[in-house]
Amino acid sequence: MPAMTKKSIALIALIIGAMVIPFIIQNEYWLHILTLSFIWSIAVYGLNILAGYTGYLSLAHAGFFAIGAYALGLLTVKVGLNYWVALILACIITSGIGFLIGLIALRTREHFFAIYTLCVGYVIYLVIDKWDSLTGGVRGLIGIPAPSNIGPISFQSATSQYYLILFFLLATVLVMYRIVHSLTGRTFIAIRNSEELAQTIGISTMKNKLTVFVLSTFFAGLAGALYASFIRFIGPDIGYTAIIFDLLTYLLVGGIGTLAGPVVGTILIVSVSQSLQFLQDYRMLIFGPMLTLIIIFYPRGIVGMVSEWKMKWFNKKKKTPAEKWKSTYSDSKDVREDKVKEG
Amino acid sequence: MLIETRNLTKQFGGLTAVKDVDFEIEKGKINAIIGPNGAGKSTFFNLVSGSYIPTSGQVIYRGKDITKLPPNKIAELGVARTFQTTNLFEQATVLDNVIVGHRLRTKYNLLDAVLRTKRYKKEEKKCKDKAMEVLDFVGLTNITDQLAGNITQEEKKRVAFALALATDPEVVFLDEPAAGINSGETEGLAELMKKMVKRGITVCLIEHKMQMIMKLADKIMVLNYGEKIAEGSSEEIMNNQDVIEAYLGGDASA
Repeated sequence: MPAMTKKSIALIALIIGAMVIPFIIQNEYWLHILTLSFIWSIAVYGLNILAGYTGYLSLAHAGFFAIGAYALGLLTVKVGLNYWVALILACIITSGIGFLIGLIALRTREHFFAIYTLCVGYVIYLVIDKWDSLTGGVRGLIGIPAPSNIGPISFQSATSQYYLILFFLLATVLVMYRIVHSLTGRTFIAIRNSEELAQTIGISTMKNKLTVFVLSTFFAGLAGALYASFIRFIGPDIGYTAIIFDLLTYLLVGGIGTLAGPVVGTILIVSVSQSLQFLQDYRMLIFGPMLTLIIIFYPRGIVGMVSEWKMKWFNKKKKTPAEKWKSTYSDSKDVREDKVKEG
Repeated sequence: MLIETRNLTKQFGGLTAVKDVDFEIEKGKINAIIGPNGAGKSTFFNLVSGSYIPTSGQVIYRGKDITKLPPNKIAELGVARTFQTTNLFEQATVLDNVIVGHRLRTKYNLLDAVLRTKRYKKEEKKCKDKAMEVLDFVGLTNITDQLAGNITQEEKKRVAFALALATDPEVVFLDEPAAGINSGETEGLAELMKKMVKRGITVCLIEHKMQMIMKLADKIMVLNYGEKIAEGSSEEIMNNQDVIEAYLGGDASA
């Protein structure tokens, strides 16, 4: 129980920390970067519930991110819908397309699934890039409005946007936490563990996989829609396959299959990569080896590494009193024996 | 009888793994399937539990044809199984591993989990209680909080049993439950199987350890090259010429 309260205190401290950041960081550029990494985190959470907890590595998620972004962009710019209605619709559209693609994609597994979804992602990119009349093609879509006011609250300033995105990120984490710690989450983990075993304990694997696939595209779409209204301009490049490998890097570095992994990895990599801008593409010379080392030594990323250390430390601490007792006991025994000898 | 197979046949390309097998699994008994390596025992299990669809023949469970049902539907009807290799989630505790076993008896969806509804709380508790109950049944209450990766091979076997029992089965298929453990531990698992039968759960197992089978099983079927060559009680099997030939090769005078 004390560990539990410690954890919740740390969590509350973190949230308060995130709330006061805009007052500490006066630099608008860094606030922008942080907000952006929150948006990417939401997408990475979507990827994590599928790839990390269910064991299906989807490489189509940049595509779903782009679908979410374009859905919001088109609905607000071309249809002229209210922002919030468009946001909800964007999520629904992305999930709907996710459902249809999932129906087919989930018939494959492991690397076949990865390859298939990689192709799907590329097809989505191509459709956006070539469907000039709808998406504006390479010219992209400009003039996407910022979130419209809710009553007296406006989302025009950088700070208010930061809070809005923070709200969505926290909501995402809460939903993920609840799913992972429920029977539903256990079901997903059982599927990742062994699909064969999962089926024999009565789990309909197709139904559950489809649920998680749709869920993960929902979050990819949400992130995309938020991105569109934050950057106010989108081009087909946001659906390009390079993006999914960025997302995957964030996830692997932070910790695949962990709850904190997506946000840790994303903030870390995005901010480091911003600091190393001056190196241009040579940044990859740093990221490449770092990623390789992490995967070799800590397959569950930074978060996995920390929890491993914590467990070792905890075990040590737990052991010490017993060992102490043992050593004092044997010491006294030695003493007694000595005395006997002396006697 | 609880489960009956009729002319059950499975072909993989040109290879016939199981050929025209008629077998009746009797309720409330320990049924065993033995045979040399590659005799088709595991394939037979996979056919009955729905992992494979037979090339021809039928599987009847309590008078109902379950031949073409998917494994999860068969599990819902009360047929559970374990595998030769125990697939546990090593980073989770023993209890966490077993809880999901009762999932099929719950009515519960994603929204319940996200909103933490009353139903969520009720069903979570139900699953946890069930998990504790079956872990108690298999004698593992002392290690429920340990990580599955840190427990012994024998304990892993017991967790696999517990997971199967958590589905509230009527019949449990055990695929080589005593593989890779020592004779003392084998005794313990044999006791556990008897305990399951006493509880009213029918057991059907594949095993290589002859001594164990001969003492334990009420009814034995012997497979060789996918065909049933003998069926009966342990005495009948031990004195059966075909069985001796299949195991020792040639005409043995053992």
